Amino acid sequence: MSTPLVLTYVGFFVMAAITLGGALMAVSARNLIRAALGLIIALIGIAGIYFVLEAEFVAVVQILVYVGAISILILFAVMLTRGLMKRDLPAQNAQWIAAAFISLAMFAALLYVALSTNWRAVETQVAGDLIPKLGTELMTTYLLPFEAVSLLLLAALVGAIVIARE
Amino acid sequence: MPVDYLPILVMIAIVTAFAVIALTLSAMTGPRRPNPTKLSPYESGMPPFGSARRRFSIKYYLTAVLFILFDIEIIFFYPWAVLFRDLGWFGLSAMGTFMLVLLIGYVYVWRKGGFEWD
Repeated sequence: MSTPLVLTYVGFFVMAAITLGGALMAVSARNLIRAALGLIIALIGIAGIYFVLEAEFVAVVQILVYVGAISILILFAVMLTRGLMKRDLPAQNAQWIAAAFISLAMFAALLYVALSTNWRAVETQVAGDLIPKLGTELMTTYLLPFEAVSLLLLAALVGAIVIARE
Repeated sequence: MPVDYLPILVMIAIVTAFAVIALTLSAMTGPRRPNPTKLSPYESGMPPFGSARRRFSIKYYLTAVLFILFDIEIIFFYPWAVLFRDLGWFGLSAMGTFMLVLLIGYVYVWRKGGFEWD
């Protein structure tokens, strides 16, 4: 059963609203912990957009890594930094004009790319569940890279200990 | 198919509506007689001490980094786990090798005292 188009639109706009609301909260909150919470909401909304776009694995990774791990790292960074836990930090500093300018330029560039790109619909639809396919590929074609990932994670583990011991 | 995730969208709608209705109704109809005990973070709990806004120990840094690494490890389990029965012994040994390398890291962290507070 394919998804009715109207449902895709509803899903997209709900998720886009959650993302935008969270992002606004992240940039406007006076309290840094609240700003981090807003960022988490925005990241959840992005995961929802991935679900709507039929990228289930990316959505799950988004929740596990960004909502689960990166946000924890950000919260820890706030809690471990001297002075960042004060009640009302100023939300702006002298760099806000430069930051606004760069953000606007970035937005303009992204808008230009989004509007000028010739977005083509995918002609061949991949049938069935994608995650089992991904698992099969991971265990056959990409077995060596898969095992190499464990070495990368091992190096990161050792690195974390070495840095923490110093 | 996104339509398979429709229940999640419905659940988000129901949860949001429930939270809004419950909070609005209780704010509108409930009496409000605050006292210090009611306003404490954990009523009938441990009395809070110190400020919640002090800086946390840097030792949490290691906890956070280790958590992230093992969290990323879980992602690689997911596509494997949905195929666990089809892959049979081959899949199990492939994942076993993956796990073994990470187990070396786990033992290393353990031996270096990464799980100890002091």
